[in-house]
Amino acid sequence: MAYTLAEKILLAHSDADEIAVGDLIMVRCDIVMANDVSGPVAFRAMEEMGATKVFDRDKVVMVADHFMPAKDAVSAGLQKRLKEWSLAQGVHFYDQGRGGIEHKIMIEDGFVVPGSVVVGGDSHTCTHGALGAFGTGLGSTDIAAALAFGEFWQGVPGTILVTIVGDKRRFVSGKDIILDVLAQIGVAGGTDKVLEFVGPGAEALSIDERLAVSNMAVEAGSETGIFPADEKTAAYLEGRARQPWEPVRSDPDAVFASKLTVDLDRLDPLIAMPHLPGNIQRVSDVTGKKIDQVYIGNCGNGTITDLRQAAEIFRGNHVHRDCRAIIVPASQAVYREAMAEGLLEIFAEAGLVVSTPTCGACFGGGNGAMAAGESALTTTNRNFKGRMGSGEAEVHLANAWVAAAAAVAGEIVNPAEVLA
Amino acid sequence: MIISGNAVCVRGDNIDTDVLYPGAYLNVDDPQKMAPFLFEGLDPKIREELVGETVLVVDENFGSGSSREHVPQAIRASGITCVVGKTFARIFYRNCFNLGVPAIVCPEASAAAGKGSVVTVDTDTGVVTVDGQEFQARPIAPFMLDMLAAGGLVEWSRQRSA
Repeated sequence: MAYTLAEKILLAHSDADEIAVGDLIMVRCDIVMANDVSGPVAFRAMEEMGATKVFDRDKVVMVADHFMPAKDAVSAGLQKRLKEWSLAQGVHFYDQGRGGIEHKIMIEDGFVVPGSVVVGGDSHTCTHGALGAFGTGLGSTDIAAALAFGEFWQGVPGTILVTIVGDKRRFVSGKDIILDVLAQIGVAGGTDKVLEFVGPGAEALSIDERLAVSNMAVEAGSETGIFPADEKTAAYLEGRARQPWEPVRSDPDAVFASKLTVDLDRLDPLIAMPHLPGNIQRVSDVTGKKIDQVYIGNCGNGTITDLRQAAEIFRGNHVHRDCRAIIVPASQAVYREAMAEGLLEIFAEAGLVVSTPTCGACFGGGNGAMAAGESALTTTNRNFKGRMGSGEAEVHLANAWVAAAAAVAGEIVNPAEVLA
Repeated sequence: MIISGNAVCVRGDNIDTDVLYPGAYLNVDDPQKMAPFLFEGLDPKIREELVGETVLVVDENFGSGSSREHVPQAIRASGITCVVGKTFARIFYRNCFNLGVPAIVCPEASAAAGKGSVVTVDTDTGVVTVDGQEFQARPIAPFMLDMLAAGGLVEWSRQRSA
């Protein structure tokens, strides 16, 4: 029987002898993750299930990242609960200042390996597909059961094969690839399906760029967005991986739900306009729109690659007097790397707020919320109404070059126009 | 299982969990305290329609975006017994079943229902009745019916760990 990459992973983590799209199976988890928002709700449900201990404390990771550092006493209480529970259970725990955004630190610290199953109480767990894992987001009650029993129920998804061809042009990044996919299939086009990224254009992407692509698979409704492991994956995991792994690929005769192509030779910098991640335009078609705040960061686009792209624009430039800008390295490791490279100095000099790693304003949790009537341009993954604060604010999504350029110009511009 | 209630219609495609329960209120971890924030980013007045047992009627790709279980937790705490829609986003869909509030995929029933319509769902047969008119919903997998019969994933798991 021929299987896709996702089907192979699910089959290997179930008791089934064979599977077909649509089958409902129990899937074993290699890693279960939650945060200060999803964790406490899950702990409550786990207690109600009558479970007192996690299935395997080495396979559980808890991260304080959403309202971190705590914005108020209630949020501080959630983080206290997360910490006390984690210490009592003896699981991996990342406290304030010791990790960063969950998905980035799990990748950095080797919890995610190709062929593994990672579930997280956060929809952007699909980011782990960048390393060839079946990473998928679940709600807190699912996470409670996964913590207790190490498994979750799952319908076998179909796979949409995305072939990336050609070479990236100037100021085009991983972000633009996934925005192009969203333009092609829309925000529900991937429902009950996995996106699998292949082809020379996919192989040419760095791990950081793959994170940006996989991160927004859920914005198409997909369960995960997966890159088959290759030499780049192996090199990244060298000295990092916490468990042995074997590369897995789709069989040549595997059956795909559908196929589409992203042609890098023709791809321009793209932007998701308010209030839907699938509302895609070319940046060059919407220039001149005033921007009040730029936000560079989040689980998929707060990498050192994003920070270097932003620094390219900010070097010798200043944030426009009518605009404000925040830059959020995704992890302590990225923060220190940026510091060592002198990037933080460039940002501070240019007039940006340099933030500690946090989910923060990406989900409207604090640290840069928007007022009514304001417009933001961000490298984040969602621009729903009210996502970053006021329901009367607008959010635009684009890559780090485009975001940094908008901060300098105070409006949407092509990055080439502001290079100092 | 037979479920019924008066329809509360929330129209529009791709209604996301951010507008259904804005991020600023995610620091609430007690389900009973989540209900006052349901629909806060969409139209808080919808909450006034949630009197007695109700059925939420929705359109395409309802519940997209964040995995925040605060939305179905608030739905359950508000007396909504099930959600009937054209299609659902995947995490919201499974969260609903996990909490014992079935999400029923039935475009025709969704289209037929109006504010206050009497909606009845037979989860075993998949027949949805709207003001006496019958429609056939997408079948529900046997495992999910078992879970519903138990009351949700918590209760199903408790039986398992016992």
